[in-house]
Amino acid sequence: MNTIWQGLLWIGQNGAEFRGAVGQHLLMCAMALAIGLLIGLPLAVLVNGRPVAAAVAINGVNAVRTLPSLAILAAALPLLGIGLLPSVVALVVLALPPILLNAHVGLRGVDADVLDAATGMGMRPGQLLWRIQLPLAAPAMFGGARTAAVQVLAGATLASFIGGGGLGDFITAGIAIGDLPRLLVGAVPIALLAVGTEFGLAWVERRLFGASVA
Amino acid sequence: MRWAPTHLDDIAQALGEHLTLSALSVLIALAVALPLGIAGARRPRLHAFFLTVTGTIFVIPSLALFAVLIPILGLGTVPALVGLSSYCLLILLRNIVAGLRGVAPEVLDAADGTGFSRRQRLVRVELPLALPLIVAGIRLAAVTVIGIATIAAYINAGGLGTIIFAGIDQRYPEKIIVGGGLTAALAITADVLLGVAERAASRWRRA
Repeated sequence: MNTIWQGLLWIGQNGAEFRGAVGQHLLMCAMALAIGLLIGLPLAVLVNGRPVAAAVAINGVNAVRTLPSLAILAAALPLLGIGLLPSVVALVVLALPPILLNAHVGLRGVDADVLDAATGMGMRPGQLLWRIQLPLAAPAMFGGARTAAVQVLAGATLASFIGGGGLGDFITAGIAIGDLPRLLVGAVPIALLAVGTEFGLAWVERRLFGASVA
Repeated sequence: MRWAPTHLDDIAQALGEHLTLSALSVLIALAVALPLGIAGARRPRLHAFFLTVTGTIFVIPSLALFAVLIPILGLGTVPALVGLSSYCLLILLRNIVAGLRGVAPEVLDAADGTGFSRRQRLVRVELPLALPLIVAGIRLAAVTVIGIATIAAYINAGGLGTIIFAGIDQRYPEKIIVGGGLTAALAITADVLLGVAERAASRWRRA
């Protein structure tokens, strides 16, 4: 209990540093998730209906998934140096598999009869995509984004190891100097952020699409 | 490749530690999840409660979970095992309950009609029928934990993560590649071997 109290006290005394770390953590995650969606969703649309391209893309991200997050972040270090950019790039790599896989499954799951009917009604491919395929695949896409968001938040904790900053810095500093309150200053907000994101997005998902697909 | 060929014994040791850590975590989690799953299989509200608790743990980033355990358990293998096995709980629980619920009511009736006690029915009928899904859960849990176990090196629990962290500290790409690559290889091997076990369990179930 005393450790928790000391942690809160530390936040009170170092408000600017704490807010800076939270800001950096969220900025890193938001950038990675946004870039991941900007790459992953168009890619899923692009490979949809092209079996060879789809197999290459899916096998590619599945190969990435076997790598531990730590190795992906660590690999960014020799390639891109230290700081925010290599961390964001590594987090994009973490975000892509769930986004791409879910979007792919969602698009593939659109009933062929529905597509035939829409084509029969005279819809052009562009209309088909925006009015039929994307709305029907939206729940699966949202589920993928939710998984990616949680994945990225967890990965961002490890960004501290390659100088990416964020809340992980308090954990690494706390372990390095044996400062238990500092450890919790990093760990507890990280845990709350991840749990809040998961349950918050699950709630949004239920509101938007009814029962959860995940 | 200059470092790896001359440090094969260090690499083998890290690999051994990693395997032990991951395997023990899954076994501990199984010992916890089995009773929870059996208790929750026919009690939906209890199961929902277990799912919420284990689901919350599952979402907490590994470094944060280990960090929260340090004030209570210190550094080393013990907090690592507690953290890693906690991650397996959700996956195992889901599959155990799905397996137990998949047993057809007629089969249960037949077992009761044969005069089996609840315990006999569980051990001789329900668990064997649920085995393929339980093994599938073990497979998924093992693959997940092998990846997360790299972080355990940071709290002095050893394993392949020590090589990755050394690579980060010394700016030595070869160590990052060796540590990360071996972790991936271990995960893939576990996936393949437990996949074989899963299919064997389904065949045995039908026999």
